[in-house]
Amino acid sequence: MLHLDHLDMGQGAFSLTADWQLAQGSRLAIIGPSGAGKSTLLSVIGGFLAPRAGRVIWDGQDITAAPPAARPITTLFQDQNLLPHLTIAQNIGLGLSPSLRLTAKDHRRIDDALDRTGLAGLGPRKPGNLSGGQQSRVALARALLRQRPILCLDEPFAALGPALKTEMLGLLAALADETAATVLMITHDPADARAFAPLTTLVAEGVAHPPTATAGLLDAPPPALAAYLG
Amino acid sequence: MARRPVTLIAGGLAAVLLALLLAPLAVLGLRADSVALSGADLAALRFTLLQAAVSALLSVLLAVPVAKALARRRFVGRGALISLLGAPFLLPTIVAVLGLLTVFGRSGWVNDLLGALGLPQVSIYGFHGVVLAHVFFNMPLAVRMILQGWQAIPAERFRLAASLGFGPAETARHLEYPMLRAVLPGAALVIFGICLTSFAVALTLGGGPRATTVELAIYQALRFEFDLGAAARLALLQLAICALAFALATRFTVPSAFGAGKDAAGGPPAPAGWRRGADGVCLLLAGLFVMLPLLAIALRGLPGIMTLPPQVWAATLRSVVVALASTVLAMGLAVTLALAAARTRRVWPGLVATLPLAASSLVLGTGLFLIALPLTRPADLALPVTVLVNAMLALPFVYRVLAPEARSLEADYGRLADALGMIGFARLRWLILPRLARPLGFGAGLVAALSMGDLGVIALFASEQGATLPLLVQRLIGAYRMDTAASAALLLVSLSFALFWAFDAGGRRYAAS
Amino acid sequence: MKSLTTALGLVCLASMATAESHATDKPVLSVLTYDSFTSEWGPGPAVEAAFEATCGCDLQFVGAGDGAALLARVQLEGGQSDASVVLGLDTNLTAQAAATGLFASHGVTAPNALPVAFDDPLFVPFDWGWFAFVYETAKLPTPPRSFPELAASDLKIVIQDPRSSTPGLGLLMWVKAAYGDKAPELWADLADNIVTVTPGWSEAYGLFLEGEADMVLSYTTSPAYHLIAEEDAGKAAAAFDEGHYMQVEVAAKLASAPQPELADQFLAFIATDAFQSVIPTTNWMYPAYPTAETLPEGFEQMIAPQTSLLLSAEEAFALRTQALDEWRAALSR
Repeated sequence: MLHLDHLDMGQGAFSLTADWQLAQGSRLAIIGPSGAGKSTLLSVIGGFLAPRAGRVIWDGQDITAAPPAARPITTLFQDQNLLPHLTIAQNIGLGLSPSLRLTAKDHRRIDDALDRTGLAGLGPRKPGNLSGGQQSRVALARALLRQRPILCLDEPFAALGPALKTEMLGLLAALADETAATVLMITHDPADARAFAPLTTLVAEGVAHPPTATAGLLDAPPPALAAYLG
Repeated sequence: MARRPVTLIAGGLAAVLLALLLAPLAVLGLRADSVALSGADLAALRFTLLQAAVSALLSVLLAVPVAKALARRRFVGRGALISLLGAPFLLPTIVAVLGLLTVFGRSGWVNDLLGALGLPQVSIYGFHGVVLAHVFFNMPLAVRMILQGWQAIPAERFRLAASLGFGPAETARHLEYPMLRAVLPGAALVIFGICLTSFAVALTLGGGPRATTVELAIYQALRFEFDLGAAARLALLQLAICALAFALATRFTVPSAFGAGKDAAGGPPAPAGWRRGADGVCLLLAGLFVMLPLLAIALRGLPGIMTLPPQVWAATLRSVVVALASTVLAMGLAVTLALAAARTRRVWPGLVATLPLAASSLVLGTGLFLIALPLTRPADLALPVTVLVNAMLALPFVYRVLAPEARSLEADYGRLADALGMIGFARLRWLILPRLARPLGFGAGLVAALSMGDLGVIALFASEQGATLPLLVQRLIGAYRMDTAASAALLLVSLSFALFWAFDAGGRRYAAS
Repeated sequence: MKSLTTALGLVCLASMATAESHATDKPVLSVLTYDSFTSEWGPGPAVEAAFEATCGCDLQFVGAGDGAALLARVQLEGGQSDASVVLGLDTNLTAQAAATGLFASHGVTAPNALPVAFDDPLFVPFDWGWFAFVYETAKLPTPPRSFPELAASDLKIVIQDPRSSTPGLGLLMWVKAAYGDKAPELWADLADNIVTVTPGWSEAYGLFLEGEADMVLSYTTSPAYHLIAEEDAGKAAAAFDEGHYMQVEVAAKLASAPQPELADQFLAFIATDAFQSVIPTTNWMYPAYPTAETLPEGFEQMIAPQTSLLLSAEEAFALRTQALDEWRAALSR
């Protein structure tokens, strides 16, 4: 279970609090107006930003002070998920060994991950030669190999077309099912939330609200969400 | 968040550096009673500030069009020209001055040409001569730093500009101006710092005591008056000016936020028409300005190069070893400090890495000598101290080259590397070295060549044995052997340049692969 | 910090490359001198060989920059120097040197061969020369014969800065010795002849050889180098009617000398032929003591000024600050 215990994630005048729990294996959409702090929330959970107060707890363990890589979390950023000077296979391999000391078994697992994400044969290429959709798949393939129990997605598919995005969400869902991962995903699109995440948290007016059922929230939005959805 | 080890190491190194800069002042200062600055000192201060500021401004302003032309044009010999731009900066002072005089002196090529055309002669001596020499030394360095800025703009941004129908004016405003705001203050700061401690060039080409710099006053205080306190005070003044200049430059620097590209090919657009011609003229003039004095040095030294005395070779070996050791040391310092600056977003690593720029090598040497004296025979420390001082004095340049790129690297990929647990050697090997190969190669080349050419403190520590190549050149001149000295100087310059080229080209090749 | 370890390794390597073999039982006599004396082309190697043949010791020259740097070095080291002898100060610096109390008196009684009376309890002269303006005979058939003539001409000269070089200081004293209170006017007249002022002798002489000036401040013996070593008879020194200021280079024993007996032995050795005969063609100066043989061929062609000017060490020291201010004021206009 992921527990955000009286988190205060403010910086200067900006303020954001969260105090709720999320069961293991849940899929949570994070929705809210621009600038409300959706990315800040994921940054604090992912360990890239220290909270002003409060704790992040996973399975009873306080991970508030743990460095990002030591957390049970894989984060997919909006962009810069790949290192452009390394090959696709190396980029995925970083998920197994940050020093790229890869065994023959590791290479087989990388090849397998490439297959699973529809990238078979692209291992030796550099990211610059891949389409946007393919690059997202590489990031997913690495997430697959890292096998962390929590996946945080900061709109990694925002730049993709509708069809491609649907495809990626499908792939993501399959991966999450397979690893029983807890998924937290920022989105701007209520349709994505309905399709992918049974739970949604609304981030608005300085509060990341406790997760509620997505359908109910979107059908009867509170004023702040209604204003955002238009 | 726990502090990262690199920040702690950088903090430790910064403390050691500061101690090395200030301890000599303390040792000197403790030995004399304090007196206020004299009128002559104030005049020297005025001249020093003026010539350094004008030299720095002119160097960076002239460098912009040259760097722009180099960034957007492709031509045969472009790589060679870029490499050669590193050369003037690396010349030992006296060699460079004689080279400049062969071209611009009273009986130099320019005046010969003017005379043949029936035009009045120009004199290189005076304020303008000092500035000319400093621009010769430093404009090419500025070109390299600015060119690097241009190359750091991702190709995607230029594509975006093209798709938005940007002409040269719009590209300049939206892409190039922000880049220059990020790069120029740092470049100007470095050059200002170099010129601040100029002494032989300023005096020789300045034409007389009007062109007295603070560094000369330090020399006089140390050598003739043995007023250690005065020397320490003046050296502290130089450091204070440098710190002030650093604050100013930091104030004016606006980090460019172009974001990361995907390493796509392509650079700035290369407009045709008159701009093409203008770029050509720029490159030709800059090329001639840099190349002619180098040619003069080569012509002067070439005849005797095959008959150099045997001592030269031992000295050469010693110099190369010193240069390589200094390079390793300076690069370790610079990378650590640049990464710490990028991670912490604080100014202290930059300040500490910039201050050695204004350190008077004479004061540094004298102070270290006094510190070493009770512990050991100073002559035994000649080479280690030379390595240390060379690395320190070269640090500001390498740091300036590395810092902006380390900053972008951290901004673009720091989170990803943190998320993947790429720390320590893994981060160095798979992120930092490949992404920073170009500036690392350039920086290492600068240190290696600077350490080859710098007399630094060796004169104070040197014994009968153990002379480095620059010291040997000095001794040859002292023994009237000007021709042999010219050949040894050519060897020195060629070797410096070869080292510079090897590192620089190596970095570029590694980055391209 | 792999790089730092590598750096340290390289430093060790570099130190080993220079480590001298100390594996002798002989006592070591360390002599502090200026760089060009100890250089491969200076008197150092020959003097070392000759002295070691008689002293049963290991003579080591320690180079310390130029002449002015020597005194600074001695003062820096205070009483802690390894050196027993300092060789290479000139009379413009000896008053200051004597005042430090770091030097001991010598016992050399041999009569010296200087053209002026010179007897100092602390300092033994080892060579001397006259300052002079050197020119190329082909370009300048009729050189000026005095400072006023030079000042009145449109000839261009390069001089050294008295604040950073001993020849520069020598010229300052030359003008002061010859013109006294009129020195400022002379400097003012000379100002438009001075192309530039260099930090040291090397830069000035280099500039002259590159054709930047018609004349350069150097020594009357400078043309001998070109004549003897390069077989170039085209350089000469201009003889000035006022007389020529002398540079007398001296050596002295340090009061704290670790090897006082060897130091005395070395100072006595300076007055002998073995030392003196090396001087003319290595340091390109005149021997300070009589030599068995006459000067090498070529030296007879050097000008021999009628009048030798030399301020006493005390006078030179007392006049320095004022002379410097006059010089700076006149040339800064």
